[in-house]
Amino acid sequence: MKIDATQPLEYGTEENRNKIFGFWLFLGAEIALFATLFTVYFVLVDRYASGPNGAEIFEIGPVLAETFILLTSSFTIGLAVHAMRLGLKKQMMMFMIITLALGAVFLGIEIFEFFTYVHEGATITTSAFLSSLFTLLGTHGAHVTFGLLWGIAILVQLRKHGLDHSTANKSFIFSLYWHFLDVVWIFIFSFVYLKGLM
Amino acid sequence: MKWDEFFVTGEPLIYGAMVSIVLVSLAIVVGLTYFKKWGYLWKEWLTTVDHKKIGVMYILAALIMLFRGGVDAIMMRAQTSMPDMKFLDGQHYNEIFTTHGVIMILFMAMPFIFGLMNVIIPLQIGARDVAFPRLNAISFWLFFAGAMLFNISFVIGGSPDAGWSAYFPLAGPELSPHVGNNYYSLSIQISGIGTLMTGVNFIVTILKMRAPGMTLMKMPMFTWSVLITSVIIIFAFPVLTIALLLMMLDRQFGTQFFTMQNGGMDMLWANLFWVWGHPEVYIVVLPAFGIFSEIISTFARKNLYGYTSMVLSMLVISALSFIVWAHHFYTMGQGAMVNGFFSITTMAIAVPTGVKIFNWLFTLHRGRIQFTTPMLYSLAFIPIFTIGGVTGVMLAMASADYQYHNTMFLVAHFHYVLIPGTVFAVIAGFHYWFPKVFGFRLNERKGKTAFWFIIISFNVTFFPLFFLGLQGMTRRMYTYSEETGFGPLNMLSMVGAIGLTIGFILLVYNIYWSTRYEPRDKTGDPWDGRSLEWSIPSPAPVYNFAVVPEIKQRDEYWFAKKEKRSLFDKKIEKIHMPSNSGKPFVLGIAFFFLGFFVVFSWWSLAIPAGLAVLIIMATMSFDRDHGYYIPAEEVAQTEKKLRGDTV
Repeated sequence: MKIDATQPLEYGTEENRNKIFGFWLFLGAEIALFATLFTVYFVLVDRYASGPNGAEIFEIGPVLAETFILLTSSFTIGLAVHAMRLGLKKQMMMFMIITLALGAVFLGIEIFEFFTYVHEGATITTSAFLSSLFTLLGTHGAHVTFGLLWGIAILVQLRKHGLDHSTANKSFIFSLYWHFLDVVWIFIFSFVYLKGLM
Repeated sequence: MKWDEFFVTGEPLIYGAMVSIVLVSLAIVVGLTYFKKWGYLWKEWLTTVDHKKIGVMYILAALIMLFRGGVDAIMMRAQTSMPDMKFLDGQHYNEIFTTHGVIMILFMAMPFIFGLMNVIIPLQIGARDVAFPRLNAISFWLFFAGAMLFNISFVIGGSPDAGWSAYFPLAGPELSPHVGNNYYSLSIQISGIGTLMTGVNFIVTILKMRAPGMTLMKMPMFTWSVLITSVIIIFAFPVLTIALLLMMLDRQFGTQFFTMQNGGMDMLWANLFWVWGHPEVYIVVLPAFGIFSEIISTFARKNLYGYTSMVLSMLVISALSFIVWAHHFYTMGQGAMVNGFFSITTMAIAVPTGVKIFNWLFTLHRGRIQFTTPMLYSLAFIPIFTIGGVTGVMLAMASADYQYHNTMFLVAHFHYVLIPGTVFAVIAGFHYWFPKVFGFRLNERKGKTAFWFIIISFNVTFFPLFFLGLQGMTRRMYTYSEETGFGPLNMLSMVGAIGLTIGFILLVYNIYWSTRYEPRDKTGDPWDGRSLEWSIPSPAPVYNFAVVPEIKQRDEYWFAKKEKRSLFDKKIEKIHMPSNSGKPFVLGIAFFFLGFFVVFSWWSLAIPAGLAVLIIMATMSFDRDHGYYIPAEEVAQTEKKLRGDTV
């Protein structure tokens, strides 16, 4: 394993560089995946049949909270990577824990939102609009859930093995994933909620 | 659920299939135990991360699927061979044409291409492996799990029956209430994840792991075609992922995406399916173009004519492939403007494809052509594919398409494109690269006999279908009366199908015969090849290249041979290798059971299976196995042994 000392830790080996490049390609596929979901949503958004439409069920309060929480978590995962570059394992892990905690709160609010919608009679089977809404939000939520599990696995590894080429690489890739989830949420916030409330 | 709902009953053909499945499985288990091969199977194959072995497993699975799909095809031809035939009932016929389509495209053509990709790409670019060897194994086992899940459907639960394009509302829960289409959505989903991973893996491999000096425009054409294909995979497959997810939600969770009430839109399915489905055609056909380019240039003993235009035409095709999808449903009421747009973009594809045809012809022009088996397939491909292409332009004209849409004309067209464009290519590539993997050639005489059987029978089978289509015989029609006059041509087609079967059996017999009797190849270069894979001994050693060569021009190995210089004059050093892992295989099994339980909506079993998948993935993430080194002396010894006395 040749180590390139001029590069940051996570880029140190050829394998690491390939993994990061490969993950960017995977994110390309994820963009295609969410683009398809958004397309389905835009096609079906006005087809709410006898069920409620967006303006009737969306509330700006919880959604704003979700947005701020997720944006903050994107900032804290950035701080974690910054601490990693400085070799500060403890601070890095702390920022990662904060990130995951914020992710969990986001998820909690989202689940609470889902319960409210269902309570108001807006279920996934009510209309095509609601099917596409729940599927889009649910896919994003499932990504966040997977991210939480993944982040915990990385934290365990950081604790066990310390900060080395392998764990640094994994943490960096995880941060890319987390930022990506945030970008998707920006689109959901703008084109699902804000547009829906108008 | 009662047993007779779980197993498919009442069909003598399916009882026969059940018995043969049980017998074959028993024979395999008994054979492995008797010859004490379980350890060998596990160590050398099930846990392997070697790209060559993964490639071989892909090809083996694809060949088995070729016969499964072929049996479906024969049954269809038999059912329609005569008027008022009573061989199959309507439902069974629906299931058979559905599984024939899915298996041939997704579980035969793609894995065959992936097999050749796996075997050859790292060798062509001078790499020791793909970028992510273990991910590669995961891709294979996910494909395999999906394929097996799809295949058990016809004995357990019932096959999908709504066509390979599974149009809604036909494929929806009301009109297709049994589990068949659940199998469709889940098995394709599982193998599709593997496909996406393969796409990522090969882009990184090709862009990052080429031998020093091999710039993009010095890459062999097959490598180029696989790079472009992988890009298409990355953008097309997520669309399928979503389409299948929505299908599953509609069928099993009561959502309203493609329903006929509560705002659902059935045309959304058709669009999503073909936004993936059309690029999919190019995912299987572009690598085939790459294979033909390699073979034609090798056996015309000339460098490929118009290399740059070849690359550009593939790039143009890949871009156009994404903007033609609606030509699959001109007649479904989308208006003249939309039809016009898709008509023009579709016809535009004929331009870059024509460029490629002329490049191959100019490569042949004044070449010293050797009529080997792979070359014969490549030469036969050109005129047959051109017929397919010309009829494709006929179909591309939206207004004319109203006449022959959904007739046998269409069936004939896409068989005329896909069989020469993919099946001939993978068979040619199989013959061409076989010695690199196994160290001996397939017998040429027997190969040529099989070739003539396949080429002639192919035309006898599918040419009549053009005329049947123009006479008005629709596709998916399971029987017809004598007055239609469809009988004689259908009978002719049946005769061709039998010939095709004989051809493919001869092909497999050739593999068996050559394994036993064909002389072993000591040179590593039996065809006098041009690209790097021929520069190493056969069978290719596990590390591929003892010394990574430096590349200065296209077809470097060819020129090195001419100028009598060695590509490998550097010192042999120790080589780093990835270790084997059983986890990809176990992950495949977990995915298989997850899929199976979800098919039947057995959530109390599906949830533990899903957790098992997550746990296996987590243990993989915790793995800190960094592989091992092969010492330099061992490499030198292996090289000596493999090269024999000829070097």
